[in-house]
Amino acid sequence: MPVNMIVCCKQVIDPEAPPASFKINSATNQVISPPGVPPVISPFDEQAVEAALRVKDKLGGKITILSLGNNMLRDVIKKPLSMGADELILLEDEAFEGGDSWSTAYALSMAVKKIGQFDIIFCGRQAADWDNGQVGSGIAEILGIPSVTVAKKVEVTDSKATVERIITDGYQIIEVTLPALITVSNELGEARYATLKGIMAAAKKQPTIWKPADIGVEPSKIGTAGRRAKLVKLFQPVKEGKCEVVGADSPAEAGVKLAQRLREAKVI
Amino acid sequence: MAEPKDVLVYGETIDGKLASITTELLGCARRLADELKEGVSCILLGSKLGEAPQSAIAYGADKVYIAEDQLLAEYQNDSYVAVMEKAIKEISPRVVLLGQTAAGRDLAPRLAFRLGVIAGMDALDLNIDPSTKLLQQTRSVYGGNARATFVSEAYPQITTVRQKAMTPLAPDASRKGEIVPFKAELDVAKIRTKIIQTVKEEVAGIKLEDAQIIVSGGRGIGGPDGFKQLEELAKALKAAVGSSRPPCDNGWVPDTMQVGLTGKIVSPELYFAVGISGSSQHLAGCSGSKTIVAINKDPEANIFKEARFGVVGDWKQVIPALTQKVKELLAS
Repeated sequence: MPVNMIVCCKQVIDPEAPPASFKINSATNQVISPPGVPPVISPFDEQAVEAALRVKDKLGGKITILSLGNNMLRDVIKKPLSMGADELILLEDEAFEGGDSWSTAYALSMAVKKIGQFDIIFCGRQAADWDNGQVGSGIAEILGIPSVTVAKKVEVTDSKATVERIITDGYQIIEVTLPALITVSNELGEARYATLKGIMAAAKKQPTIWKPADIGVEPSKIGTAGRRAKLVKLFQPVKEGKCEVVGADSPAEAGVKLAQRLREAKVI
Repeated sequence: MAEPKDVLVYGETIDGKLASITTELLGCARRLADELKEGVSCILLGSKLGEAPQSAIAYGADKVYIAEDQLLAEYQNDSYVAVMEKAIKEISPRVVLLGQTAAGRDLAPRLAFRLGVIAGMDALDLNIDPSTKLLQQTRSVYGGNARATFVSEAYPQITTVRQKAMTPLAPDASRKGEIVPFKAELDVAKIRTKIIQTVKEEVAGIKLEDAQIIVSGGRGIGGPDGFKQLEELAKALKAAVGSSRPPCDNGWVPDTMQVGLTGKIVSPELYFAVGISGSSQHLAGCSGSKTIVAINKDPEANIFKEARFGVVGDWKQVIPALTQKVKELLAS
């Protein structure tokens, strides 16, 4: 049975950028993009694309990527196409900017309704910027479909998906009826690299761009205007950074001295 | 709905006992409720709640709602969201606190959306704004690089709370409270998931969450064999062994050993970070530790900014000597 899938992908500031390059503009409560570090697809979203590709490898089907934002970099946002996804839809407009989980889930759900047919929606377990982990569940709730979150494996048979969902001491094997929404965690394993063939194919594909009116949403319900959580303050925690480096002539001697120092400090 | 009032804790139980996160939530709820001059209630869902309701009172609840039903034996999104939706509509709480646990992080967003509000997730700090009486929720964002404070103006004010972020009250068995049965009235047809199997992947030895001392290894450990040496040190210290994300991603150790934003959040007395660079992702899981010791051959590694003690050197030489000396010191 070919499986019709939608994967939500977000463009974010590279979470692997060195922590020292992370800066905030406290006047605007915004993060300043680190200079010279291009944005990436949120890594959990890339793994969501991987989960969809694994299903497609086995059963065939179609993968539509859905991304929301403004002025998204084409080289970045087209990466899922070069990995093997079929189609890219961008909700791209100024009005989509500055949203919270509520306004984002609402806009994405309206876009899914416009797409129409689907079996599975995949999302990353959380976006690597705000780390909220709420949009996937929100989309499922708005669309009235079941959701299984934090998956490490997804298999599809007939009209059901079997999902390994991570819990504290292991995982649960959960069967869910389709259509369903599944969020993917890093335990799924690394996302595949783009192939040369994929990159060439992606270069030829043009994303479909939808504006708020195309998905029938009022600008007042999306982006900053549609927020239900007000950001009061964004700040960087102050770090004391008082590390006592135990020095010695050799690493082995340092190990001995460390043990003595920890004993003196009464931590062991 | 009636005028929103009181702080409601969504409680979790493990084998008929209150989970530690729930005792932490009750401690936090008590503080918030006292500021609001309102009460604390707790709701427990499950099939065998045992002593947990009484224990919730001892830890600070004034009222405990219990929904005991065979269908609630294990957490499932559809069933738990339905029961919690019904409960919140009947109880009409001002604030709802859940743990940022496997269940809580799955339950809170969907429940919030169903009630037409947005949930706060993974709070590290919660306060009541004295002028508006609204809940101010501070959480870690950007993989631990920043913090953000949020406020939502709608009721109920729902948020999940990070494990170990709040302190429980000392349990008081003489505390008085009321236990109220709550009818779940679940419609089986509405449960669209089925749990086929629960697979435990528990690591032998002391659990990470319970450990007073943790020895964690990172990418620099280089493979599964290196972790055996960390186990030696852990054994000498009666510590648990943890890991940053790369060793789990590479399959050197099981995923359940991961400490970090997407793994376990720990706050032991002493945390050894061995061959760990100190990404924000990892620090989000261990920065609550009282003392961090870093062992890394790169003097520029970010972990040294977080550590109280450090050794710049190859762990392969540091660890055996450290282990030997620790054994001597602890034996004397």
